[in-house]
Amino acid sequence: MRRATKNAAGNGGAPDLERAARLAVEAAVAAGADQVDAWAEESVSLTVRVYEGSVENLSEAGGRGVGVRAFVDGRSGYAYGTDLSENGLRSLAATAYGAASVTDVDEHVGLPERCGAAAVPDLTSPDVESWDTERKVRLALTVERAARERDALVSNVEDTIYSDGRSRVALANSLGFAASFEQTQAYAYAYAFAGEGSDLMTGLGVGTARGPEGLDPEAIGREAAERAISLHGARQPATRRCPVVLDPFVAASFMGIIGGTLSARAVQRGRSLFAGKEQQQVADPLLRLTDDGLQPDGLATAPFDGEGVPQQQTVLIDDGKLRTFLYDRYSAQVAGRESTGNGTRGSYRTPPSVGTTNLVVDPGGASTEELIAQAGDGFYVADVSGLHSGVNAVSGTFSVGASGRLIEGGELGSAAREVTIASDIVSMLMAVRAVGSEARWLPFGGSVKAPPLLVGEMTVGGA
Amino acid sequence: MPDGDGSLFEPELAERVLGRALANGGDFAELYAERRGTYSVALDDRRVERSLSGSELGAAVRVISGDATYFGYVDGLAEPDLQRVADSVAAAVRGQRVEPQQLRALEQPPGQAIEQRPEQVEPARKAEMLRACDERARGAGADIAQVAAGYNEDRRQVQIANSEGLLVADDRTRVRLGVQVVARRGEHVETGAESLAGHAGFELFSADFGAVADEAARRALTMLEARPAPAGPMTVVVGNGFGGVLFHEATGHGLESDAVQKRASVYAGRLGEQVAGSLVTAYDDGSLAGEWGTDAIDDEGTPTQSTRVIEDGKLAFYLYDLTRARKDGRPSTGNGRRQSFRHLPIPRMTNTYIAAGDATPLEIIGDVEHGVYAVSFAGGQVEPATGNFVFGVSEGYLIEHGRVTAPLKGLTLMGNSLDVLKAIDAIGDDLAFKSGFCGKDGQTVPVGTGQPTVRISELTVGGTDV
Repeated sequence: MRRATKNAAGNGGAPDLERAARLAVEAAVAAGADQVDAWAEESVSLTVRVYEGSVENLSEAGGRGVGVRAFVDGRSGYAYGTDLSENGLRSLAATAYGAASVTDVDEHVGLPERCGAAAVPDLTSPDVESWDTERKVRLALTVERAARERDALVSNVEDTIYSDGRSRVALANSLGFAASFEQTQAYAYAYAFAGEGSDLMTGLGVGTARGPEGLDPEAIGREAAERAISLHGARQPATRRCPVVLDPFVAASFMGIIGGTLSARAVQRGRSLFAGKEQQQVADPLLRLTDDGLQPDGLATAPFDGEGVPQQQTVLIDDGKLRTFLYDRYSAQVAGRESTGNGTRGSYRTPPSVGTTNLVVDPGGASTEELIAQAGDGFYVADVSGLHSGVNAVSGTFSVGASGRLIEGGELGSAAREVTIASDIVSMLMAVRAVGSEARWLPFGGSVKAPPLLVGEMTVGGA
Repeated sequence: MPDGDGSLFEPELAERVLGRALANGGDFAELYAERRGTYSVALDDRRVERSLSGSELGAAVRVISGDATYFGYVDGLAEPDLQRVADSVAAAVRGQRVEPQQLRALEQPPGQAIEQRPEQVEPARKAEMLRACDERARGAGADIAQVAAGYNEDRRQVQIANSEGLLVADDRTRVRLGVQVVARRGEHVETGAESLAGHAGFELFSADFGAVADEAARRALTMLEARPAPAGPMTVVVGNGFGGVLFHEATGHGLESDAVQKRASVYAGRLGEQVAGSLVTAYDDGSLAGEWGTDAIDDEGTPTQSTRVIEDGKLAFYLYDLTRARKDGRPSTGNGRRQSFRHLPIPRMTNTYIAAGDATPLEIIGDVEHGVYAVSFAGGQVEPATGNFVFGVSEGYLIEHGRVTAPLKGLTLMGNSLDVLKAIDAIGDDLAFKSGFCGKDGQTVPVGTGQPTVRISELTVGGTDV
């Protein structure tokens, strides 16, 4: 029996994932399916939450499962399960085959013809394994201490989390594709409070990396404290229309939403504000947005997507023009195009569907101070809330809650809260006046690397 | 294993696992096992296209020692795997050891009556229901541009044993039908959604399920007529049913004891204080028959109950799981919930609602000279530590001279939960419940939100018409 990859997850007697995926495929073909793919996954993870200098909870876990997608006469069915025994896989394959019977015939469903694995750097870090639990707990405690000790104004650190995971996935299909890869990731965050009672403001500090070695616990803790402190004493300002600087946290959150609306599936189903706007001007030429499935530092980087298509770099907005949408195999088939390697899966529990990999906004030349100076009199948005409910993905209009700092005479002024910022997505992108140089990775709306942005004008609603 | 009697493991196995989990100390140990079966099917763009079946089986071991919790889980229920998880959890624990008590006889509290087991209904009937919804929604008008509909069923059989001798099982069945509609007139596009869901069997759809499609279509079409919402402080009437989301988000999360104990709730330290207008009495009740957030026991084995959280405007009670209840020296209120065996139980709401008053909705609106009427929310966000919240209103109207007039778009409500509850000056007689999903700490659980029509004398309205 060929073992294609080294055995990853350390639990004894772990089944070979590729073999499990192939068995599931064979079983579904035997049951009568025309085309099949199977995605098998195995993972171990550790999460530690600390509070006031001690461990609040510690979770260590391992899991595995497989999802089988069967195409039968232009219909498709899906089944997933956690039983990777031969009997379990056979029963799963039969269920997937049976599930297809109720769907309508759709000429566009099927497996991608062009499967393969793109060259990617090593997606694992040895320290996820080599650091013992105690050392990871110390990392979390350091984050919390750095937040608490940053300033006397820090009144509490509600949550401090360190988490890491190692996962291995294998994909096999009835066209003969079989491959697997392994990846690790680690993140830490803290949620700090500054002030008390009705003056209390909160701040988030966060870092992501392939392993604990790549995290800077002091910086994460400090960031949580500093973000909370910078909003201390916030009041509701008067309503105005003014230039707005979006913090990288906020820019990343918006890009996550925008990435979702660039799904070809959403466009084809009439659910995207970008429908019909291909090759049109949708942003200021300063803004360049790429979906990059191969970025070495991006946590969504992988050799292939959820249906075996190599991941790639896809320029979405360049010179202010919308260049393309994101395609999985199905939506590409509908549009008469090629998949862009964006048939993503949340896990083995969901069939592939169009999703972003790593969204990257190219950094510009301006420091954050220069953006603020250029704004003159405006508003620095540190945080937004209610983004997912506040943005209408079809019309593009949004109205979301925000907090931040007023910009007065080119410098950060008093803290402001209970603000709504309102515009529509395209107007906001067209109004970008400058792009900051300090881009960073953030886990908001997927995996996003975003710099701060200066937007010419927005409605900032207050009292 | 016999299906239906809920027995996922033998008591002797549980005793062995609990004993090993406590090998290095600990005040409490628990074995939680779960079998889950789901089926969902979706329709989009006139096609039934997503037929999805899932089955999962797994267990978690938890040990509490002092203020620390140690947790691990595994797929499957094989004894060697369970022992390995127990050993790995125990390896992290240092502390005094309690002797686990002998398990009592298995309790199986009567759950909800399920008349028609969904997994016994032909999948084709479920697909047919979606097609019927598509037709109904498209029949609502020429402006209907797109319809998506989804059906979901979910059965969770859980069994819990702990070192205090508890051995209990529960069998939960939930079904849900949701319809989303896109309406388009020229460049103008709006969406509308509605759902019908319950802790119930397929009989939930024996009535006119097409009304779900009608309502989603009506919302989308209504919003096509919408004009930009005003901005500024004004009187807000929140509609019944879905309006309960506001109370859930703005107040309910602040009543969950984990936030309270970390002083991350604006309601911390305020028991007995007047936190709302004296008209306001509110409950969390996980035992309401058939509701979406209902279970016989919570995910730690505590029977669900009705908890009066606000009484005549005074803060009366917080919502507890076992861990936080132990810390405050109280019994759990049956609010220890988890998404699955892969998650730690934490304090969560079940069905949360403001109790009915005696005003009619017409009277409540009739007294408003100028304000907005918020009927349904797109969702929202709240900072429990401060009580500050923002909500997007997916269906809202202007109120002028005591009458509901133009629909509004881009309407958001923002404020502080303490201020809002105190500003409630009228409560209707039309209590109704809606189903929703609530996310917290990366876990999503089904919750019911309920409310009669409620009037808030002043609240900040955010719109684009400034």
